Amino acid sequence: MSELTLTVMRLGFLAVLWLFVIVAVQVIRSDLFGTRVTQRGSRREAGRAQPAGGRQAARQQATPPQQRGQQGGGGRRGRNAPSKLVVTEGTLTGTTVALQGQTITLGRAHDSTIVLDDDYASSRHARIYPDRDGQWIVEDLGSTNGTYLDRSRLTTPTPIPLGAPIRIGKTVIELRK
Amino acid sequence: MSSTTNSPTHHTSTIGAIGAPSRRNTELALLIFAVLIPVFAYANVGLALDNRVPAGLLSYGLGLGLLAGVAHLVVRKFAPYADPLLLPLATLLNGLGLVAIWRLDQSKALQQIHVAGGKATNQLMYTAMGIALFVAVLYFLKDHRTLQRYTYISMVCALILLLLPLVPGLGTNVFGAKIWIHVGSFSIQPGEFAKIVLTIFFAGYLMVKRDALALASRRFMGLYLPRGRDLGPILVVWAMSILILVFETDLGTSLLFFGMFVIMLYVATERTSWIVFGLLMSAVGAVGVASFEPHIQTRVQAWLNPMREYKLSRMVTHDGIAHSDQLQQALWAFGSGGTLGTGWGQGHSELIKFAANSDFILATFGEELGLAGLMAILLIYGLIAERGVRTALAARDPFGKLLAIGLSGAFALQVFVVAGGVMGLIPLTGMTMPFLAYGGSSVIANWALIGVLIRISDTARRPAPTPAANPDAEMTQVVRPS
Repeated sequence: MSELTLTVMRLGFLAVLWLFVIVAVQVIRSDLFGTRVTQRGSRREAGRAQPAGGRQAARQQATPPQQRGQQGGGGRRGRNAPSKLVVTEGTLTGTTVALQGQTITLGRAHDSTIVLDDDYASSRHARIYPDRDGQWIVEDLGSTNGTYLDRSRLTTPTPIPLGAPIRIGKTVIELRK
Repeated sequence: MSSTTNSPTHHTSTIGAIGAPSRRNTELALLIFAVLIPVFAYANVGLALDNRVPAGLLSYGLGLGLLAGVAHLVVRKFAPYADPLLLPLATLLNGLGLVAIWRLDQSKALQQIHVAGGKATNQLMYTAMGIALFVAVLYFLKDHRTLQRYTYISMVCALILLLLPLVPGLGTNVFGAKIWIHVGSFSIQPGEFAKIVLTIFFAGYLMVKRDALALASRRFMGLYLPRGRDLGPILVVWAMSILILVFETDLGTSLLFFGMFVIMLYVATERTSWIVFGLLMSAVGAVGVASFEPHIQTRVQAWLNPMREYKLSRMVTHDGIAHSDQLQQALWAFGSGGTLGTGWGQGHSELIKFAANSDFILATFGEELGLAGLMAILLIYGLIAERGVRTALAARDPFGKLLAIGLSGAFALQVFVVAGGVMGLIPLTGMTMPFLAYGGSSVIANWALIGVLIRISDTARRPAPTPAANPDAEMTQVVRPS
């Protein structure tokens, strides 16, 4: 076999090997930044919606029907609806769960969506689900230590404003766009 | 279910999304790529050595392709949301290992000392067994959390596996290190399997005990000092790894288990002090044992001064120590490879002699693919470890997190220990490069490891399950105004 052919094969093999590594890294990249376009597109809206969210948080349960009306209409189109649930404090900090219409359960039970490893959490502590209009509701499931939305303990199923902290034991979660 | 599903432009691929892409097709494409690269290498070896495409090209290529295909179909069936990269990366490494072993089989010098010859066929058989175990893991282990039930049984199993090589008549001393057992005509390295079983124990144990280990501590000079009684577990694992070092005289196994425990302890408690303690204890242990264990001393001498060892191996010595020129030969191999390597089949790996296709296989890659190729291979190892850590991040239960971190940590540590040993960074140990090196236990155990990681990643990336009906739903149900 001629020297030239072997050199070409040698360099060709290295190129192919590195191509594989680059393709693999691209796959990881798409895994990491899969949400990027979404966020960019909705950041401006998020900016506009933020003060509204704050006001909603202040009013809280006072005007749930109106709030639902606002968010229900837009929420279905994915305009104002939260798209993910983020754990901001506690052992699971950084975990995200996409909100796509499924009920999310929180607690120490092993079949919970988010398994809390926390002595202050009950085994079935709370659940978060969308109501008929697509508004996300948090409900305390008779837990021992209670579920807190902002700083008030929940007594009834309550709509969750964007970005409002929900505290369960040592864990804090919030809904984000 | 889909009442709030966003429009496609708003679709997120956040972990756990319903309708999240399962990415099986990405895996298939990468897998085809990962099978074609070794086939290319195989043809290249044949052309370089005999000027013709080797006769076995089709059968080896088909064999590897078939195994990869079976693994892919099983993942598609039993773990549809698993990480798309783990399987192709492992397949590529395994395939490249097969080619390198086959290339060393062609060497006349190695055939004479029975290091080479027909080893590639054996390795293909071991790979088949490994894939079979991989399939079995995915089939029988439907949820990794069931492993949590076997926390203490795993501990007992791991201890038995680790102690097996010391049983008289069963264990054998292979060039100073007692990490092998012989059953019939098979020799098994139980440490490779103990690695996985021990991780299960550590994960289950640390999950329960981590609050006590993390919270009960005093702050001193920026470090959290644990209470005396909380030092118990780390002392026990330390003592165990020292015992391995003394009685099995294997630095690699000892380092691997202790390092893995420290990594998992750190991840479980988030306390840097454990890493400081771990490093101190391993340094004390290693220096202590090296002061009286002759086998370790020889290894350290060979590491500090490979050239002297090379000269001694050429002379007749009467000190009763087997001197080996392997390390120096390996260093020369890396050197002669240079940046771009000599090309497949054109190096002189036969000079390494014994263990050229197992412990020292990295030297062959370094010589024939050069720095460029070796970096790519190390990156592929790094990517496997990264996917493991990513799986741990995405896992929604603490046991799964710890298990994934432990397995990928052990994998990365093993690569470091072997590559570091062959390159002269740390003393040489008796461990093998995962997937690349010749050896049944290693290939089979590492395929099982990948299987467990794929299972955890499937659970972690799977859309959130609808929970079982709540037993006290009656009580808490509240009529909602609509």
